[in-house]
Amino acid sequence: MLDAKIPSGPMDDKWTDYKGHCKLVNPANKRKLEVIIVGTGLAGASAAASLGEMGYKVKAFCFQDSPRRAHSIAAQGGINAAKNYQNDGDSVFRLFYDTIKGGDYRAREANVHRLAEVSANIIDQCVAQGVPFAREYGGLLSNRSFGGTQVQRTFYAAGQTGQQLLIGAYQALERQVALGNVTMYSRHEMLEVVKVDGKTTGIIARDLVSGKLERHFGHAVLLCTGGYGNVFYLSTNAMGSNVTAAWKAHKQGAAFANPCYTQIHPTCIPVSGDHQSKLTLMSESLRNDGRIWVPKKAGDPRKATDIPEEERDYYLERRYPAFGNLVPRDVASRAAKERCDAGYGVGTSKQAVYLDFAAAIERYGKIEVSKEGRTDVPKEEIIALGKEVVKEKYGNLFDMYEKITGENPYELPMRIYPAVHYTMGGLWVDYELQTTVKGLYSLGEANFSDHGANRLGASALMQGLADGYFVIPYTIGNYLADEIYNKPISTDHEAFAAAEKSVSDRLSTLMNIKGSQSVESFHKRLGKIMWEKCGMARNAQGLTEAISEIQALKKEFWSDVKIPGDISEFNPELDKAGRVADFIELGELMCKDALNRNESCGGHFREESQTEEGEALRHDDEYMYVAAWEYAGESNWNLHKEDLKYEVIKPSQRNYK
Amino acid sequence: MEHYNMNLNLKVWRQKNTKSKGEFKMYRVENISSEMSFLEMFDVLNEQLIHEGEEPVAFDHDCREGICGMCSMYINGKPHGPWQANTTCQLHMRAFKDGDTIVVEPWRANAFPVIKDLVVDRTSFDRIIQAGGYISVNTGNAVDGNALPINKDKADASFAAAMCIGCGACVAACKNSSAMLFLSAKVSHLALLPQGEPERHSRVINMVAQMDKEGFGSCTNTGACEATCPKEISISNIARLNQEYLVASLTAEK
Amino acid sequence: MTWKQMFTSSVGKKLVMSFTGIFLILFLIVHAGLNACIWAMDGGVMFNQGAHFMGNNVVPRILEIGLFAGFILHIVQAYMLTIQNRKARSVGYAVSYGNAGSKWYSRSMALLGTIVLLFLIIHLSHFWFPNRSHQGFLLGEEINLFDTMKEVFSNLWVVIVYVLGCISLGYHLAHGFQSAFKTIGVHNKRYHAMLSGIGYTFSIVIMLAFAMMPISFYCGWVS
Repeated sequence: MLDAKIPSGPMDDKWTDYKGHCKLVNPANKRKLEVIIVGTGLAGASAAASLGEMGYKVKAFCFQDSPRRAHSIAAQGGINAAKNYQNDGDSVFRLFYDTIKGGDYRAREANVHRLAEVSANIIDQCVAQGVPFAREYGGLLSNRSFGGTQVQRTFYAAGQTGQQLLIGAYQALERQVALGNVTMYSRHEMLEVVKVDGKTTGIIARDLVSGKLERHFGHAVLLCTGGYGNVFYLSTNAMGSNVTAAWKAHKQGAAFANPCYTQIHPTCIPVSGDHQSKLTLMSESLRNDGRIWVPKKAGDPRKATDIPEEERDYYLERRYPAFGNLVPRDVASRAAKERCDAGYGVGTSKQAVYLDFAAAIERYGKIEVSKEGRTDVPKEEIIALGKEVVKEKYGNLFDMYEKITGENPYELPMRIYPAVHYTMGGLWVDYELQTTVKGLYSLGEANFSDHGANRLGASALMQGLADGYFVIPYTIGNYLADEIYNKPISTDHEAFAAAEKSVSDRLSTLMNIKGSQSVESFHKRLGKIMWEKCGMARNAQGLTEAISEIQALKKEFWSDVKIPGDISEFNPELDKAGRVADFIELGELMCKDALNRNESCGGHFREESQTEEGEALRHDDEYMYVAAWEYAGESNWNLHKEDLKYEVIKPSQRNYK
Repeated sequence: MEHYNMNLNLKVWRQKNTKSKGEFKMYRVENISSEMSFLEMFDVLNEQLIHEGEEPVAFDHDCREGICGMCSMYINGKPHGPWQANTTCQLHMRAFKDGDTIVVEPWRANAFPVIKDLVVDRTSFDRIIQAGGYISVNTGNAVDGNALPINKDKADASFAAAMCIGCGACVAACKNSSAMLFLSAKVSHLALLPQGEPERHSRVINMVAQMDKEGFGSCTNTGACEATCPKEISISNIARLNQEYLVASLTAEK
Repeated sequence: MTWKQMFTSSVGKKLVMSFTGIFLILFLIVHAGLNACIWAMDGGVMFNQGAHFMGNNVVPRILEIGLFAGFILHIVQAYMLTIQNRKARSVGYAVSYGNAGSKWYSRSMALLGTIVLLFLIIHLSHFWFPNRSHQGFLLGEEINLFDTMKEVFSNLWVVIVYVLGCISLGYHLAHGFQSAFKTIGVHNKRYHAMLSGIGYTFSIVIMLAFAMMPISFYCGWVS
């Protein structure tokens, strides 16, 4: 079932060779080929723009009111590229190597190498589109280091890199809309994939304003629908982020790969109460200057500023002297959880640790003073100068923290706690980004391909744009070149009618349950199960329990959910109900996958598989494969394994001590 | 920061769809924590309404971290509520006290028709971008990113304009329902960069024409847009747009 | 881009407002300068000489036509824009943004302008119309405008109306002066700050200069 279609030949030449030999579609034929793109984040918008430019007839769908709202917009830190502008020894190979290692040797080498190869083109493309990246005084692009890598390869636009890149792609997309090459369907949600003879031929979408179901034909369908972190209810994802499109594809035969690989980001603003609807990320760049600590005494009731230096436990610096506060995300998150579970947590909920800038403020203050060549400067003045520097670097993040918590992070250390942020798992795709269903592709976070078991900082934006701008324009041609011989299928075809009927039946079923519990309450309960039993640390017992709890929740949902309003109107509760129903099913598969993978790798930590010091322990002999799950009916999946062969990089156990 | 709970009266605009006539309805919510965000308070209200068998209030929201630009409530006479440089989703209940009555209305502008309750249709903004808010460069046509150095101050000014989140608060705040701050942010973002130079003139002319077609009002420089903008986009961008427009229209050949 | 397209777009209409506004500002300077001759304390000799130059000379009289055109353009365009802007929002807010986001006089330009217009009509009917009709609307003999002023401004009510008109004009200028420059594209922060400062000073000076004229006559400070 799984053929990754990795081109033969040396790693460095695979992509070049592929591009040189893949089939092309002539311009006159492109006009006759229709491509449907679902989702308009970085991957979707860039793909829609690029395919539109090439001459394909594109239809793009998003559930938001405008493609510019997609959640790629919230990415803060930056985008990696192997430009080596800083002359610090970066190269395509190093970016490739770091990504494979960061992914804990669970990613496919050929895909990652291609990603590193095209990374430089992304920066050029974005600059040409007018993305205002940060620049040096000489007018050249600025870089910063990120996520503990040893080179400075991250390009950024203050703390709003995702926004700027998305706006760039969005503008390119709107240009194609204006030129008539792309038709945009906003406030539309894809609710089914339509197949004829095993090949994708279109989708059923619902107009979220009128509630009407629509049939759309496409020679190919691209799912660029992002990640499924909202299965945990609380995550850094947007409220609308969902798995529905990917899940419908999965149920139509697309294998779902590594669903248990979720990234828990270590620096988020902690939960403040039951009312919490989402969590907010504080950029990883804060760890460049902030020191993370908890009190040495469990349950210490004192204010942070009243706890003297010798009574603080800088546990990351203690446990990982080599990397200190800059260990990768998965390691930092688990360490925070360990301290809180042991009773050292801070704040009212005790589910938080301190991220302290006092040392950085003093250090920067001293640098400022020494720049002016002054001595005998009072401490208050040093601190004041240091605060200015910190404000310059992180001002917008500090402001956001203050708005949310009401606390001034210049005076008090920030309270942070890990939160679900990104999902490395997703639809299984081959080298061409095609899923196991012909003509159905998946790009960006929605696929599983490039990050293995853990994603490095500033790599998500890179992957989304690589897939959309530079990969799919080639690989889709290889498929569509043969499609010119097939006539478009009318949307009156019975396959469309059947698909529409199944969607409409499902919607009526949901509306007719008329139970007593709100959609939101089910989502919260699902999230609680997932967070507690399939969150930062997992074990066989918990996962087994979670599976049966989720199955029970599913039953309860389908018999007692209450959805107000009508089908044929703007009804956000109904939209949400469909999404939560899919999350419930996905949750079960995630637990199943986590249960199957009895090793610790990247974001997946099995308590049964750890060293004596409590570090993650991989089992390459047993689990060096991609777990691709094929849907086989309710609560039933078949596991297919794609073995990962490392030709270039030799896997080793990660060590940050 | 002291946390406290409060009971509030909400006066919320309800409107079934674009065609129907809307009206205000009063609701009461209790035990609202000062730590909640404004939208979380609305979540509480909606849960309450669902349990009472009423339809929940429809409102736009997505990222809830102040960047997607989807949330759009006009709260107590100001778009996005009382805090400066803020979006509705980042407004927290600390801004209110026990017993307050809060009036919540949708963005009001004919170019933003109400879809339902507090949800409005802002696709007019997309059409304005379609008219020229881009740089025409196809994928793969780019030269090296460092081939063209850009003055840092200009790059920073361009970024400051590009921060616009397209929420429409400027239109909502403007007594003329003018979209000039939105428009000028995009025109400035691109006009300040050398990459934007080739299409500089046609861009501003076409975008203004589209704005007029959408039925937005004109700018009278009152400054309400700048005062309410969650990203603090400067009104000086409007002056820049005016200059761009003047030069473009005076130098046009036809 | 035809001229028509240029001047019928929303930005183009604003350009017309701005150009005519700046033109009228220049007129105000000339008007205030000439009228300041009343304080020469020479029984109106210098003032009447100035008035004679303006009223009995082909060039200023031709320019006067331009002035009227400027006024009419400014006024008509303003009303058209106001109507158009009102139309952009057919359902209003229950709670207004009010002074939290902008100055009251910035939002009240149409109202202030209307008051100024009413004042202008009164003002023209006091001086310009009697004089020009006496001239037969050509270059005929003029009336003694200094004496007319003395007579008109002996009435307290007239003085009050004039002072109110001048105050409205002051506020109209407080917004209009700097807004006009923004509209023609002054975005540089330094120049804008400078023009704002000049604008506020100008508004106050013009308001005081004109308001002091009727007051001076009424109080008998000029002879």
